[in-house]
Amino acid sequence: MSAVFDEKIHATLADTKLQLAIYTATGRLIEKRRKAITPDLCPDYQELRSHANDVKRHTIEHLDYYLEEFEAKVTAHGGTVVFCKDGEEVADFVLSLAKERRAQLIVKSKSMTTEEVDLNERLEHHQLEAVETDLGEYLIQLAHERPYHIVAPALHKTREQVADLLSAKLGVPREIIIEKQTMIARAVLREKFLAADIGISGANFLVADSGAVVLVENEGNARLTTSAPKIHIAIAGIEKLIPRAQDLAVFLKLLGRSATGQPLTVYTSFLSGPRRGGEIDGPDEFYVVLLDNGRTKVLADREKRESLYCIRCGACLNHCPVYRKIGGHSFPWVYSGPIGAILTPQFLGVNHEPGLPFASSLCGACAEVCPVKIDIPKILLELRSEVKKAEEREGSSRLERLAFRMWAWTMRHPRIYEMAGMAAASLAPSSDGRGWVKSLPSAMSPPPVRAWLSQRDLPPPPPKSFRQMWRER
Amino acid sequence: MAIRVSLFVTCIVDQLFPKVGLAVVDVLERLGFQVDFPERQTCCGQPAFNSGYREESRQVARHFLDVFADADYIVVPSGSCTSMVSHHFADIFESEPENLERARRLAPKVFEFSRFLLEVAGVEDVGARLNEVVTYHDSCHALRELQIKDGPRRLLANVRGLQVREMDAADECCGFGGTFSVKFAEVSGGMARAKIDSILRTGASAVVSVDSSCLMQLQGALSRAGLPVRTMHLAEVLASR
Repeated sequence: MSAVFDEKIHATLADTKLQLAIYTATGRLIEKRRKAITPDLCPDYQELRSHANDVKRHTIEHLDYYLEEFEAKVTAHGGTVVFCKDGEEVADFVLSLAKERRAQLIVKSKSMTTEEVDLNERLEHHQLEAVETDLGEYLIQLAHERPYHIVAPALHKTREQVADLLSAKLGVPREIIIEKQTMIARAVLREKFLAADIGISGANFLVADSGAVVLVENEGNARLTTSAPKIHIAIAGIEKLIPRAQDLAVFLKLLGRSATGQPLTVYTSFLSGPRRGGEIDGPDEFYVVLLDNGRTKVLADREKRESLYCIRCGACLNHCPVYRKIGGHSFPWVYSGPIGAILTPQFLGVNHEPGLPFASSLCGACAEVCPVKIDIPKILLELRSEVKKAEEREGSSRLERLAFRMWAWTMRHPRIYEMAGMAAASLAPSSDGRGWVKSLPSAMSPPPVRAWLSQRDLPPPPPKSFRQMWRER
Repeated sequence: MAIRVSLFVTCIVDQLFPKVGLAVVDVLERLGFQVDFPERQTCCGQPAFNSGYREESRQVARHFLDVFADADYIVVPSGSCTSMVSHHFADIFESEPENLERARRLAPKVFEFSRFLLEVAGVEDVGARLNEVVTYHDSCHALRELQIKDGPRRLLANVRGLQVREMDAADECCGFGGTFSVKFAEVSGGMARAKIDSILRTGASAVVSVDSSCLMQLQGALSRAGLPVRTMHLAEVLASR
């Protein structure tokens, strides 16, 4: 584990206010989801999950086919599909289009994919203003931070902190009532919508048979982003495809319930091309940017390609006891929580943060709530094995590897195992039989023992092992 | 003739909590089973598997397959170790067809202790008595990999004198997670303390589970906090008279 990862975790755990904010917000989301999937409200919840998993598996296995179908449909509707291999290509496309159309201002609706490729920073670098219009994203942008959570980007901010932020950045009086804070942001953002030349959105789903981009949201900002400016660019990962519009009946039911406990979000938009003759709204130009950025690499990996099934609902984050302790910003990339722990090493390489796949108790809560049934613990285990293989190649973590080799050898030799156990027990401080060990002299404490004792007491070794007692029966 | 049951006691029970093993033997023998303890047994290999050392894990797993090759039933006082054998051996032996086949034949014979009582012995009431208020902690691997949820609760409900109080978030992880508990000690400790808050809210004087590793984590944190709540393996409760 890198020192940065360790420090961020430590700082988050030490911040009691932050701990409470994370715990309360995720607790609320857990409760909402629980209520939304009860058998009386959603009797077919488990069948929906299985169905969604089937559809995603089929789509990912035939992605080339559906990408072509999607492109053909979008083109037939008068839109343009642009394939980009990385963030640089996305930025180049947006910049050159902005330059051609003399665009100055871009409004954006929430998109993790654009966060993934640092689009805002890349555009700012070329003096293009890009304004986030989702309330949480707007706050995060004002604070110059990264989203704390896939669905709730400002989950870690209390209303008091938001009051300070708005007041400092916009020069407005400090306001702690949430509705009034929303009105402050709304007043600023309305002007931006009206003045914007380009609207950039993400996509929750790309429907192959209709060439449609589907967006779900609660604030209406995505609808404005995609219809007010003359140009709409949707930026999405290639894995967002689903084959048919009717599949949405499954995915929309699962997404809202898993993310926020809503049967459906407030707005669901189906966007298939620019405004046509006779239509009153919609953009003049419609582009769909399909991003690879490492996805084809994951696609090629039979063992782990199900990572691409993710529909970004955030349920695994909310239910993860580790995320609830270490929060979103401890994670080394924009995707946090269990899904971040499996996507980051696959997209950026296991060396980006070798400790990441190990930051899990493998409790399985993530897989239990995943609406598309991604076996996250299994993938974490695969990644752990890849980290160890990489370490062996590089010659690092030698002591740990040696320890596990010796351990495995010992476990294959029962007599040695028994003697090792007796030796360890005889070294341990004598116990009165009941009390647990609170501390050990440092000479007797290898790092793992010290780490254990930093948080908990150790069981005293019993006078006899089970096998000794068995023999004496 | 009595049915022969091979006990895989697990390394953690063997070395640190032998009384749990004795309690398992006691309950099984009272029910008329002939308990066998293959003495060459050690560990299932899970610590290496969960730490990313697949080859080391395989070596230990092969040893396990040898030791229990002729068992009819294998009873394990741990959901986690049971799942390692019945689920994850298939993962680690993917490229060793012969061992994969041995692991597949062995898997249906491996039973977590409470499941064996309910599904093979066919008993819900083992005749135990314990005057105590307890709460049950779902260990993650028993719950999510083996779907063991109601079974231990049914067994506890039939213990005379015992009062069982459900805690909120009984299914939330205790934070042990094997080497996670020392690699991310601070996070693990925080998870244990959150769990302990749930336990305390029930007013129970003991927390019961089917995994000694969770109980070691919880007892260690309870002891550190100076709290009088004790931990008991389900077998210890069922062996109480």
